[in-house]
Amino acid sequence: MKSVNTIVDRRDGKLVMAHFYVAFIALAIGGLAGLLQTLVRSGKFELPSWTGYYQILTIHGVVLGLVLTTFFIMGFQLALVSKTSGTLTAKQRKTGWIGFWTMTVGTVMAAVMILMNEASVLYTFYAPLQAHALFYIGLTLVVVGSWIDGAALIMAYASWRKANPGKPSPLLTFMAMVNTLMWIVATIGVAATVLFQLLPWSLGLVERVDVLVSRTLFWYFGHPLVYFWLLPAYMAWYAIVPKIIGGKIFSDSLARMSFILFLLFSIPVGFHHQLTEPGIDPAWKFLQVVLTFLVVIPSLMTAFSLFATFEMYGRSKGATGLFGWLKKLPWGDARFVVPFIGMLAFIPAGAGGLVNASHQLNQVVHNTIWVTGHFHLTLATSVVLTFFGISYWLVPHLTGRVLTKAMNKLAIIQGVVWAIGMTFMSGAMHAAGLLGAPRRSSFSTYGGSEQAMEWIPYQVAQAVGGSILFLGIILMLYIFINLAFFAPKGEEEFPVGEVSDAAEKTPMVFENWKLWIGITVLLILFAYTIPFIDMIENAPIGSKGYKFF
Amino acid sequence: MHIHKFEKIWLIFGITTLLVFLTVVGVSAFYMGNQPPSCLATINPEKVDTTAPFDEPGLKKVEGKEWDYELIFVASAFAYNPGQVEVPKGAKVKVIATTKDVIHGFEVAGTNINMMLEPGYISEFVTTFDKAGEYLIVCNEYCGVGHHMMSSKIEVVE
Amino acid sequence: MAQPEIGKKTNTKVEDQSSLKGTLASVFLLGFFLIITWVGVYFLFLDRF
Repeated sequence: MKSVNTIVDRRDGKLVMAHFYVAFIALAIGGLAGLLQTLVRSGKFELPSWTGYYQILTIHGVVLGLVLTTFFIMGFQLALVSKTSGTLTAKQRKTGWIGFWTMTVGTVMAAVMILMNEASVLYTFYAPLQAHALFYIGLTLVVVGSWIDGAALIMAYASWRKANPGKPSPLLTFMAMVNTLMWIVATIGVAATVLFQLLPWSLGLVERVDVLVSRTLFWYFGHPLVYFWLLPAYMAWYAIVPKIIGGKIFSDSLARMSFILFLLFSIPVGFHHQLTEPGIDPAWKFLQVVLTFLVVIPSLMTAFSLFATFEMYGRSKGATGLFGWLKKLPWGDARFVVPFIGMLAFIPAGAGGLVNASHQLNQVVHNTIWVTGHFHLTLATSVVLTFFGISYWLVPHLTGRVLTKAMNKLAIIQGVVWAIGMTFMSGAMHAAGLLGAPRRSSFSTYGGSEQAMEWIPYQVAQAVGGSILFLGIILMLYIFINLAFFAPKGEEEFPVGEVSDAAEKTPMVFENWKLWIGITVLLILFAYTIPFIDMIENAPIGSKGYKFF
Repeated sequence: MHIHKFEKIWLIFGITTLLVFLTVVGVSAFYMGNQPPSCLATINPEKVDTTAPFDEPGLKKVEGKEWDYELIFVASAFAYNPGQVEVPKGAKVKVIATTKDVIHGFEVAGTNINMMLEPGYISEFVTTFDKAGEYLIVCNEYCGVGHHMMSSKIEVVE
Repeated sequence: MAQPEIGKKTNTKVEDQSSLKGTLASVFLLGFFLIITWVGVYFLFLDRF
């Protein structure tokens, strides 16, 4: 079926671009913070006295992990729905704008508190470190705003279904819907700890907070958070990249099935972030480890689908031999090359993730800088490079401009620069982590410890990588500004993949949200109810707040 | 729903691999006792200094237990008590630690001793110190402005 | 999106398997990488106390 809109309506485009402006401002600020961190950790550079490593680190985490991602993803999903299910109604668009402004106000509130050094608690804000109440309120508004954006998406989906009874929704709309629903179910956890625990406690209404309950609610949210980042990249890999290369989607049904598996299994797995902590029975930890491994399966399916799409396309162009099809891929097209680098990065990223989640193996790497290296492959390479790859056509599409040949070339250079920088930085982080170097720590020789001395060369390599990556960020910002304001006028294609002729009819069962959300909730209850009751029944006295920053 | 034959082969291979991984860590955890640190005991974090065994941090020989020594650590911003300790090589030791204020990490670099210390909870890990050398203990969870200064040292001596 | 394709779903499957052998090889390379990484860290775990 043809896509509903050839061009995304200009009014929807404005809403999407508003999200993107905030996202790319976040990239600039967070990227600079990241550069400073790697420089400090090399031991060769000191921050001015009016700021500190942990304040900068809080900015980096909040602005890139929460702001860049949420704004980009919500904007992208609005664009997908507007493109594949039809222009938003006035009411839906207005809802989207309310969501956008709510998130923006929240972001500014949290940012001001961080800048005033009232909230140097990092983006995980673990109690009993206590930030200013306005920081928590700001984060709440970001989440609530994302729910309002999500409501706009759900309303648009509902109108499509109403207008097309008995038909499966467009693939990209369906995928955006899965991610939105997963996000809503997951953010209930973080909303609960912020609203019922941290906010009253930071306002002085209650004296003490239950630390373990707060952490558990955070990580109930924290793992699906990473899938909330990843799924939009998967949307592009499954349904957009095939069109860019001129091929077909391998299978519509399998794509939907893998998304449903993500919805089911990405939430009841938060304990794998809490494997080394007290107060949780190891049997329950292991159960969630098993569930974590189940969420690997849809990624295995994704890997196959992507390779198959590439191979089928290459062979249709006459490729021979085992890997001849690789040569037929459009290596001169940034819209393909940049997300492709992201796909490659997901191979070591996935391998590291399996290690992290493997119960007692976690002791080897837990809270070492290996973990930082890991999520700079997943989020900061696979996801972010795919977002950049999307921006290269979506931004000009929305602004009525085109990606010129010169910009396309620069975009490919940007992707390569990123890959080189990340190889240095993430590679050195993984290696140092295996030697025991801790994450989230400023430069330290730990009193001249021999072991800490071994880590320093790796920290220098991280600074080299970080500097190269910062160059990549400057290039990206330059390209974004060009595409948003200066590129020649024209019509840039919004690529939406078509399903391969050999694929079968999409079963309607995938649209049965009652069923999928029902199973999701059951799995969550199964994985969390008993350990959660244990935590509350056996809780120690709560903690008072500390401001050690 | 049709699944390509090769995709079936791949999924069977992949899922089998995952099952093997899970079996290895599961057998190791439940039959060989290699569980991650998961002590369920609680403590009043404001009375750590007067609560046994934390009133006497350091290494203690114990009798009639499955381990020969107990090594007690108290963490607080931004130090560990004791700041340095010697352990005889080959000793089977239960490391017992807790925090008096915020969350801290307790990682003995280059070993499997790696646990979170959370206010109100006691963290424990049993291991045999079978390699001589000097091991750095670092705080690996952000605890405040002095986080990177927070360390201690274990010397495993012949 | 997939609607008009439905009618044509019963395509020949003659080339079906031979044409995806590169995919099969690729995913298995990926699989071996996962295994090597995991086993590597597992041995590190066994080696350390």
